[in-house]
Formats: sequence, structure tokens, C-alpha cells
Amino acid sequence: MAKYLLLKHYRGAPAAVNDVPMAQWKPEEITAHVQYMQDFANRLEGTGEFVDGQALAPEGTWVRYDGAGRPPVTDGPFAETKDLIAGWMVIDVDSYERAVELAGELSAAPGAGGQPIHEWLELRPFLTAPPTVTE
Amino acid sequence: MTSSMDEALLRSLTPSVLAILVRRGASFAAAEDAVQDALVEAVRVWPGDTPRDPKGWLVTVAWRRFLDATRADAARRRREDLVDEEPEPGPAPAVDDTLRLYFLCAHPSLTPSSAVALTLRAVGGLTTRQIAQAYLVPEATMAQRISRAKRTVSGIRFDEPGDVATVLRVLYLVFNEGYSGDVDLAAEAIRLTRQVAAAIDHPEVAGLLALMLLHHARRAARTAPDGSLVPLAEQDRGRWDTASIAEGVEILQAALARDRLGEFQAQAAIAALHADAPAAGETDWVQIVEWYDELVRLTDSPVVRLNRVVAVGEADGPRAGLAALAALDDSGLPRRAAVAAYLHERDGDLTTAARLYAEAAQKAPNLAERDHLTRQAARLNARRSR
Repeated sequence: MAKYLLLKHYRGAPAAVNDVPMAQWKPEEITAHVQYMQDFANRLEGTGEFVDGQALAPEGTWVRYDGAGRPPVTDGPFAETKDLIAGWMVIDVDSYERAVELAGELSAAPGAGGQPIHEWLELRPFLTAPPTVTE
Repeated sequence: MTSSMDEALLRSLTPSVLAILVRRGASFAAAEDAVQDALVEAVRVWPGDTPRDPKGWLVTVAWRRFLDATRADAARRRREDLVDEEPEPGPAPAVDDTLRLYFLCAHPSLTPSSAVALTLRAVGGLTTRQIAQAYLVPEATMAQRISRAKRTVSGIRFDEPGDVATVLRVLYLVFNEGYSGDVDLAAEAIRLTRQVAAAIDHPEVAGLLALMLLHHARRAARTAPDGSLVPLAEQDRGRWDTASIAEGVEILQAALARDRLGEFQAQAAIAALHADAPAAGETDWVQIVEWYDELVRLTDSPVVRLNRVVAVGEADGPRAGLAALAALDDSGLPRRAAVAAYLHERDGDLTTAARLYAEAAQKAPNLAERDHLTRQAARLNARRSR
């Protein structure tokens, strides 16, 4: 019973095997890709392993505190930001091995030419609640 | 809302009501659904009008729900037989039946998370929503996890012999891992373990119950008001629950007297030795090391070996602890750096200790531990730079 975050990147991940920008796919390939992602999430709900999944807009704003009584400073988006998150899925699984297995399946989502993208996904464990028994 | 008294009563009756339905011929999955419906109905109807025979009431309502569901399912072959059968006031619940339900819910064909969920629902009487909240997953996901678990065990005979060790592992998981939401999982694990202990006379069941009681006794002292962890050595022992400790020790002593040692009894013995020390400095570490030797023999677990190193460091000094640590070949253990940091600090090497605490914080599997280790590193770094 452990939660993992599967992170999908717009930028910053190592290059995928089938590395073609989505805008150059055929429309039906995009449809097949979206369907695959949806089916994957539905299947995980069916296995009792799905927690959450969201996609993010590529453009965001950087915000920071600028001192008492002053409005926060905003900046960006920065084209040079190396790491750009596209979305995530949170899963609740019995083992690390299962998390890797599922990430592998998600990475097989079809892309250009209907072939798997082999996209690199980042798998990050959640920090848990502390266990009761400590010694 | 029902009173907490009603809810406790309801939930304690859950397994025997479920067992009666199964004994009457309902499948486990259908009976379990019907009992959940009856529990929901009881929560609605009981306030102000608690029946004189709560169990009889639950059996009657659950059986009716089961028949309704069966009627609705025209494909069921045994439908006609069941529809005509009038519910008898159930026989006194066989203690064995409760135990059989625990075996089924902890069946080895289930994954640990499925076994936990099914146990909490079918014998714990918790709702799917409560279980989902306790494990921070959506209710729909938990509902699927439970219904899959029920399908997994659907082919298993109710009276198939089970192994009590599988049940204990599930209850230990409930006690040890989870979030404290509306449902107090540790208290729930203790309640269920008491129920198993009443159903079967087994020293390891007693050992687990003792272990839970002894750790639960420290709960108020384990966390500071800001939520940070308080290590055992720094806990205010005046806040330990002495009644819980006394009960744990008594149960443990009776179990140990039977001379069938197991890992839960050995773990409980270590917890009892901590409980027995009026101050951290008075802890009998020599005896604790001996119990760890037993645990290593029983489990051969790398985590146990690492915990033994801590005890050796306390019993024979940090140098002995560091030597024992060097002899371990489990460099992948998440808490190894934390143990090394502690031993180096006690040995007076604050530079190494600070570095290792920081490294341990990076590897900590939970937030409270990470924060604690980061503070330890910060404390040593501040001292060195003064």
C-alpha cells in the first residue's frame, strides 16, 4: 500500500523512442492516444489502484512573496525552464514493482504511426504517514 | 447519527451476522452486501429506537435485503428455495465462524491492500467511504478494490481451513500503516485483534494484541503539539497509558509462559521492556538485544537486524554499535544512514553525524521522520558553527 506519482513532462524528460510532436500526428492518432489514457485510468479504477489524474496547461506563472503589504511578484512563463510538467497520475499500489509495471504500460500509449511513444515517465513515491511501530 | 455506543455495538455484531447469512446459504459476496445495507439501515432507524435484540434485528433485515437482491437477480438458480425460506432466529454465533470470516478476508490469494480493505468492511463493519478516507483514495477506487477482493475469494469454501498468521499480518498492517482520519485505524486494529483473540487461543494472536496495546499506550507522547515526532528516548513517560501497558504486559506474560515464541511475542517483549523503564536511561538494553537476537532468528529480516544494531549501540556503546552496523550487508535499507548518524553522534563525531543525518533525511520514507532527521542535522551543524 503505497502511493506513487507518475509524472509526464512536456519538457525535461529524456527523449522518447517515438519522439514526434503531437501536432504532427494524424488526428485519429491523437484520438487513439486520448482513448488509451482514459482506458488506462478506468482500468486502474477497476483494479482499485487509481487515486487521481490531471493534465496541466503548458504555460504557468511564477509567483513570489515581495514583503508585507506588497502584492506578490509575478514573472514568466520562462521559455528556458528545463523541466515542464504536463500532467500526473497518482496510483495506490501494493509494491514498487507494481508501480513500475503500470508506469511502463502508461508509457506504451500510442503516438505517431499508432506506435507506442515509449515516453519516459517519472515515478516518485509519496512520503507516507509515520508507522506506529518504530523499534 | 447513532450514538457511539450503538455504532460500537453494530460493528461488533457485523461478523456474526455475516456468518449467519453465509451459513444459511448466501454467498459471501451477496451476504456481505446485505449486511452493509442492514448496517446503514440500523444507523438510520436505531437512534431513539434501539431494538431489544440488536443482532436478531440485523439478521432479519440483512436476510430480507439478501432475498430482495436475489429476487432481483433472476439468474440465480437457487432463488426459489431461498425466497420461501423464513429467517429463523439465528443460532448462537459459532466463534469459529467469526474466525473463518477473518481467514477468508485475509486469504493468501488477496494482495495486502485488498485483504486490509475487505477485513475492515466485512468484519470491521466500516463503510467503503470510511475505508477510502482512511487510506486517502477515492471512494470509487475503494469500492472496486473491495468488490474485486470479494470476487477473488468467491470460489473459496467458507469452512476452508486457514492460517492465523495471514490474519495477523493483515491486522498488523491496519495497526501500523494508515492515516488518522475519522476512523482511528490503530484502535480499530486493536478491537479486531481482540475479536480474533476471543475466537482462537494462539500465543501469536496474544503477542500481536500485546504489541498493539504497548505501542498504543505511547500514542499521546509520540507527537508534539505541532505534529512533529518525539523519539522514544525523549517522550514524556508520564503521558503513557499505564492501563494499556498493564494489560499488554499481562497478555504477553501469559503468552510467553506457553513457550511457543513467535515474532509478535518477541516484538511485544521489546516494547514491554521499554514500557518498564521509568526513564529512558533505565532501559534494560542488554535484555532488548537478547530479544532482537530471537527476532533475527525468527524473521531473518534486514529491518530487524538494523534495529538490533541500535540496541547493541545502547547496550555496549556506540563503537560496538558501529561495528555491528559495519557487519550488516544491507546498505539499501532506508534507515541505515539514520542509525549510523545516531551512533556517530554518540561516539562524538559530530561532523560525520550531521552529514549522515542530512543523508538520512533525503531517504526518509515519511514526512515526520524527514523533518525530524533534518532538525537533527541542523542542530549538529548549528553547534559546530558556534
